[in-house]
Amino acid sequence: MSTASVTFHRRAEDALANRQLNATLRRVTARILDSRAAGLGRLPEPDVWRDHGRAIRAHTLAHLDRYLDEFVANVELRGGHVHFARTAADAVRIVTTIARERHVRRVVKGKSMISEEIHLNEHLEAAGLEVVETDLGEWIVQLAQDHPSHVIMPIIHKSADEVADLFRRTLGATEADVADVPAMTRFARERLRPAFLSADLGISGVNFGVAATGSICICTNEGNGRLVTTLPRVHVAMMGLERIVPDMPSLGTMLQILARSATGQNLTVYTNVLTGPRRADESDGPDELHVVLVDNGRSDVLGSSEAEILYCIRCGACLNACPVYQQIGGHAYGSVYPGPVGAVLTPALWGQEQHGDLPHASSLCAACREVCPVRIDIPRMLLTLRARGTDEGRAPVWIRQGIGLYRRLAMRPRLFRLAGRLAAVATGALARSGWIRSLPGPLAGWTTSRDFPAMAVTSFQDRWKARPAERSGTRRGKDPA
Amino acid sequence: MTISRVQLLVTCLVDRLYPDTGMAVVRILEKLGIEVHCPEGQTCCGQPAFNAGFPDDARAMARHTIDVFSASPDPVVVPSGSCGDMVIHHYAALLADDPAYAQRARDLAARTYELTAFLVDVLGVTDVGARRPGESVAYHAACHGLRGLGLREQPMRLLAGIDGATITDLPEHDVCCGFGGLFAVKMADVSSAMLARKLDCIERCGARTIAVTDVSCGMHMAGGLRRRGSPIQVRHIADLLDPDPEGR
Repeated sequence: MSTASVTFHRRAEDALANRQLNATLRRVTARILDSRAAGLGRLPEPDVWRDHGRAIRAHTLAHLDRYLDEFVANVELRGGHVHFARTAADAVRIVTTIARERHVRRVVKGKSMISEEIHLNEHLEAAGLEVVETDLGEWIVQLAQDHPSHVIMPIIHKSADEVADLFRRTLGATEADVADVPAMTRFARERLRPAFLSADLGISGVNFGVAATGSICICTNEGNGRLVTTLPRVHVAMMGLERIVPDMPSLGTMLQILARSATGQNLTVYTNVLTGPRRADESDGPDELHVVLVDNGRSDVLGSSEAEILYCIRCGACLNACPVYQQIGGHAYGSVYPGPVGAVLTPALWGQEQHGDLPHASSLCAACREVCPVRIDIPRMLLTLRARGTDEGRAPVWIRQGIGLYRRLAMRPRLFRLAGRLAAVATGALARSGWIRSLPGPLAGWTTSRDFPAMAVTSFQDRWKARPAERSGTRRGKDPA
Repeated sequence: MTISRVQLLVTCLVDRLYPDTGMAVVRILEKLGIEVHCPEGQTCCGQPAFNAGFPDDARAMARHTIDVFSASPDPVVVPSGSCGDMVIHHYAALLADDPAYAQRARDLAARTYELTAFLVDVLGVTDVGARRPGESVAYHAACHGLRGLGLREQPMRLLAGIDGATITDLPEHDVCCGFGGLFAVKMADVSSAMLARKLDCIERCGARTIAVTDVSCGMHMAGGLRRRGSPIQVRHIADLLDPDPEGR
């Protein structure tokens, strides 16, 4: 699921020290945000589409039980099998059982966040299966034994040079193979093609499951999703149970905003809608289709104040727009879901024991909310999670006591003013020409990179009270011109 | 709308860190013929506690602030997008289940205005009679004002109305400076990196003064510029709009 967030600070520090990572993140996120704006700009009234998309997500999740029943019935009607996994372990067991019973040896995978979430690859390999990721980015992650750092650009943290090194080191690529990005892509395609042709099992993610038809929609830009779902004799589609849309028109709406928000494309290059396994009169497709619906904490989130985070359609726009993500990238979050959405989704799904720092890894600037295709109010939920962390006793003592003291003073105005004056006098000794260069104790973090302004011994309120009576509010004002 | 009298919610930071800014707000409003009252009991709106994850403490401060500003039905003007967003948007949600305060919270929200929104949207004023010959100003859009209250045009139009000042574009003017309240202390390294990026943009833009609608973000950027030894000033927009800067 993730590594402990006690290391968030250390991971963030490492990321901040990596100048190349910082420059890459700035460059790539800026470019993709420009593309997003252009892509949405090509829609007439993009905000109306976004509102519509949000309404579809809200409606679907409010009636999820009904739509899930309909989806399951329709998948089965078209000859597919549906498995329900309550936990990550259940999901792993279901997939390994399918593989074992069908004597599967080789597995090809399309990009799937949910399989990352449950660490499916490790478990399949432990069960003796050969697993090959076929999304180019995910394949590189697999070769490098790395982790994805973005929901749609898994290797945003890697430069082309690093990938070239990796290909040389792990696959014996020649200089010609890694001469440039197109050459590396060709090289990857040649390596991946035999894997597609020899695999017995294809595992894909699901962008949307359509309740009315039992179809699954898979969006890719490389075509690997199409190969994974049609060449092997068995196709397993892994989906989070929130990934449902009611019908084809609502799928159409979601597709309008997904690719535009993710990459700026009008539509991903390969947008596949698959309904059931291969039928008797069809030449392509798997013999069997299994849909694994994974809960892994989602139904609990659905009943909580963070339910709105399940509206997410995994476009990654909030990561690109987040000034924190732009500095530290995805690995610092210690979760398969990084960035603003991850800062809510990760602790919402799996608690704050491990992920208590994530709701605080935000300045609450709300750039995420501004770009979200379905307008998820991420800052609101960061606040509910922070409040829950406080209830669970996670707030540092100095913050808890400091806020408590400030509140008690704020309820007693005269004491508040007296305390302010005392603080101004006391800290006056620290100040030089109106600025404090070094703050003590837990506040020292501020003065690592910035001075702090000295407090005024004579506050605004003191000055206001000292104003001559005819100017301090007893004079009648005129109406503005 | 004809408004002849307002209550000033000066904010705890302006009160104790930037009292001159508070006086500038008063002079701007009085010059426009508005009578300013400043209720004595006001302290802090509760926003720092709310953002730090202490809604109970924030609620207590919200009730106190509502009490203080409900003694009079006059509109409330606040020289901060952040405190304004707190009163205008978060009070009602925080106190929705409090029968004694839910309606009063909504009432206060409905008559509370951030300063630049009050001047431009309510009074219809963009020229407050300020003169700043030779001044070059760039505007940084503080997050809660921008994305919470939708402050975009209002500060720009007011700056454009300053006699003698030239307005310069600030690259990435709508990207967070990294302040975020306790974020700047708890996540000091990340916050500092965000600030460094902001200061690079500021130093590149060529303006001598950066205007903000919040002294909180202002002190963050000003403290960083000072640490860098930069001569660039960060000023609350009220300081620049002050019709009588020597008025004290």
